[in-house]
Amino acid sequence: MTLKPKPLLSRVAEAVYWMGRYIERAENVARFIGVNQNLMLDLPGGSGDQWQPIIDTTGDRAAFLARYGEAAQENVVRFLAFDPENPNSIYSCVLAARENARSVRDTISSEMWEQINTVYLLITGQSRKPLPQVLPEFCHQVRMACHLFQGITHGTMTHNEAWHFIRLGTTLERADKTTRILDVKYFILLPSVSDVGTPYDDIQWAAVLKSVSAFEMYRKRFGRIAPERIVEFLLLDPEFPRAVRYCAGLADQSVHAITGARPGGFSCVSEQRIGMLRSELDYAEVEAILKTGLHEFCDAMQVKMNTIDECVLGDFFAQRHSSGAAI
Amino acid sequence: MRNWRSVESGPMQFSSYDTQGFYDEMFDEGGLPRPHARLLLETVESLSEGHLLRYKHAAERLLLQMGITFNVYGDSAGTERIFPFDLIPRIVPAAEWDHIERGLKQRVHALNAFIDDIYHDQKVLRDGIIPSEVILSAVSYRKQCHGLNPPWRVWCHVTGTDLVRDRDGRYYVLEDNLRVPSGVSYVLENREVLKTIFPAVFEGLSVRPVNEYPSRLLEMLESIAPGAAAGGPRVVLLTPGIYNSAYFEHSFLAQQMGVPLVEGRDLVVDGGAVFMRTTKGPQRVDVIYRRIDDDFLDPEAFRPDSLLGVSGLMAAYKAERVALANAPGNGVADDKVIYAYVPEMIRYYEGADPILPNVPTYLCWRDSDRSYVLEHLDELVVKSANESGGFGMLVGPHSTRRQQEEFAEKIQAQPRNYIAQPTLALSRVPTIVDDHFEGRHVDLRPYVLCGKEIYVVPGGLTRVAMTKGSLVVNSSQGGGSKDTWVLAPAPQEGQQQQ
Repeated sequence: MTLKPKPLLSRVAEAVYWMGRYIERAENVARFIGVNQNLMLDLPGGSGDQWQPIIDTTGDRAAFLARYGEAAQENVVRFLAFDPENPNSIYSCVLAARENARSVRDTISSEMWEQINTVYLLITGQSRKPLPQVLPEFCHQVRMACHLFQGITHGTMTHNEAWHFIRLGTTLERADKTTRILDVKYFILLPSVSDVGTPYDDIQWAAVLKSVSAFEMYRKRFGRIAPERIVEFLLLDPEFPRAVRYCAGLADQSVHAITGARPGGFSCVSEQRIGMLRSELDYAEVEAILKTGLHEFCDAMQVKMNTIDECVLGDFFAQRHSSGAAI
Repeated sequence: MRNWRSVESGPMQFSSYDTQGFYDEMFDEGGLPRPHARLLLETVESLSEGHLLRYKHAAERLLLQMGITFNVYGDSAGTERIFPFDLIPRIVPAAEWDHIERGLKQRVHALNAFIDDIYHDQKVLRDGIIPSEVILSAVSYRKQCHGLNPPWRVWCHVTGTDLVRDRDGRYYVLEDNLRVPSGVSYVLENREVLKTIFPAVFEGLSVRPVNEYPSRLLEMLESIAPGAAAGGPRVVLLTPGIYNSAYFEHSFLAQQMGVPLVEGRDLVVDGGAVFMRTTKGPQRVDVIYRRIDDDFLDPEAFRPDSLLGVSGLMAAYKAERVALANAPGNGVADDKVIYAYVPEMIRYYEGADPILPNVPTYLCWRDSDRSYVLEHLDELVVKSANESGGFGMLVGPHSTRRQQEEFAEKIQAQPRNYIAQPTLALSRVPTIVDDHFEGRHVDLRPYVLCGKEIYVVPGGLTRVAMTKGSLVVNSSQGGGSKDTWVLAPAPQEGQQQQ
């Protein structure tokens, strides 16, 4: 007997898409904080404040400066981890992910809901305490809890349309964060030519890789730390799950699974834009990217991903926005 | 009575548990365990020291982790709470359950007949069984529903009748809860939690399972679909949204039935039929299990300011293009003044005496009743005819002079709106309080599904007034709950009469 797939409410599709994005975002921010703190401990005393770039990575520089001013560790951690007024803090992301999950509890598996609730209890429990002395431990817990959520999602939920919306949100968020960290760090690290070849240069680059959980996998692929190879790995690797190209590939698969259209073509503008992004990355060369300028390339990537986000909204979620006013 | 030992000094025992003259579900008047409770009490007492409290904490953690919480209205700080859960179950022996089940079936059958009559010929009014003005003045009486013919003339698809026992141990119907009764998810989850945390307590007993409920509910909902759609009817559950106090239950039931959980904004009426907005365009909906009050269902038919409902839904329902459960308008029988006439309805429609009696009820619109009520406010429980959730009520013996005066004014201003009942000495069940057991008052809410046939879930929600001496069991007023065990008839007990 063949059954038609169950239809998915637009509201539900939007909620699970954002649930996926917010969990991925929380995990990324926790990783940025943890890696940066680790890096601070390796650098010689007085080697400058390395917390500002983290703020730049999340794209919330203006909001931070307005509220906190100085990018001291405590301010940055509070802003990024626990500030309820920062919509991109771990705290806000987890709350938003949970609110979304709560509105679709019937769609996701009970195990997913329990895990997202566990992350929520972890973060709300911690946010009431003074800034944790055990910050590395906390960041680790958040990361693992988010990974566990993603694993549970993979292992307990039917890989149906809603699941593909979760994966679409997750991969787009992940690709966006990888381009951001690469952009910010590359910009900072390149000028210090005098450091090239020193242990600190290696440490800094290693930190970039660790920021995207890529250090070990990079070593296996390329061995020596070399900026050009790192850029290649993080942008263009076809197998590393946080490489932008890999993420674009998954997003492309998911959007086709959602529409049921044949791979390699498109039936809506979301599919078209995601497919264009994927093929651009499939056929790109790192030398050409660096020649035109990495910053320009990353910037263009972010613009494209923002456009994709708007297209997804228009193609799948918006019918309730447009006609919602009528009800 | 000897002093209670602390947890450190030994396991928790019932030896100095005191029934204090109330009907106790576990112990008889002589303080001896009732036969059906003996095994359970032994299991609990055999636990080694500190175990029971560890189980209690584990259960609380589990509930919190599972996110089984409800929202407290008017509390912005901590809007989510777990519904307190007591580990000691409440047991209903098979013969007692048989009595309850027969009584509920009779009552729900009569209520359906009554509602259908009210929206058609009103024979019951013409025959003078119930005064017309009582019906016509009911806030929940919906003129819009006249002449409607829901399948099998069923108006109450899901009912959550509140039963209580008085000092004599007799079961009484306190309220019918016909509109959008909630709480059944706790019946299922309490059982799951107890099985997870304290499996030993089930050993040696045949407790009837409750987890058939979602399938039965879905079957009933599918059975009321208008017309046969290809591939089966599409059922959805309509919720007011995540801020509703029963949202957990809405999502839970939708999940268990595998049907979409929709909000009003997900639905649209087009060409007289109801559709939901999906990623692939509008999709037809056949049956709506609505968990929204009549008032908010459709701004065109009822409250125009409702943002929760769906415009045109009532028109689609009247045209039999979509089915609604429960049927709009059924709240007329939920009015607490009309409740007082249910025994008459049973005699009128069923031709039999009620198996389950009502709690005696004074109707303040009757002059004689009103003067009695006003003179005895300190003894009676006064309730507003149309409120639920323990709101708008006065528990006389626990009230202040000032509260009594306030109610006296309200009653005189709007006598139709108030009823009064004697304060019942609700039965009690041993409940964990700190490190020992104390009796706490309980009620029992069984759930009844009614389609072509009537089905009563073998179980129910036992709500517990967790505060010492309190008679108010509502979750919004600090109540908790217990797992409710209906025992299967023992083979030799099969023919036993109540």
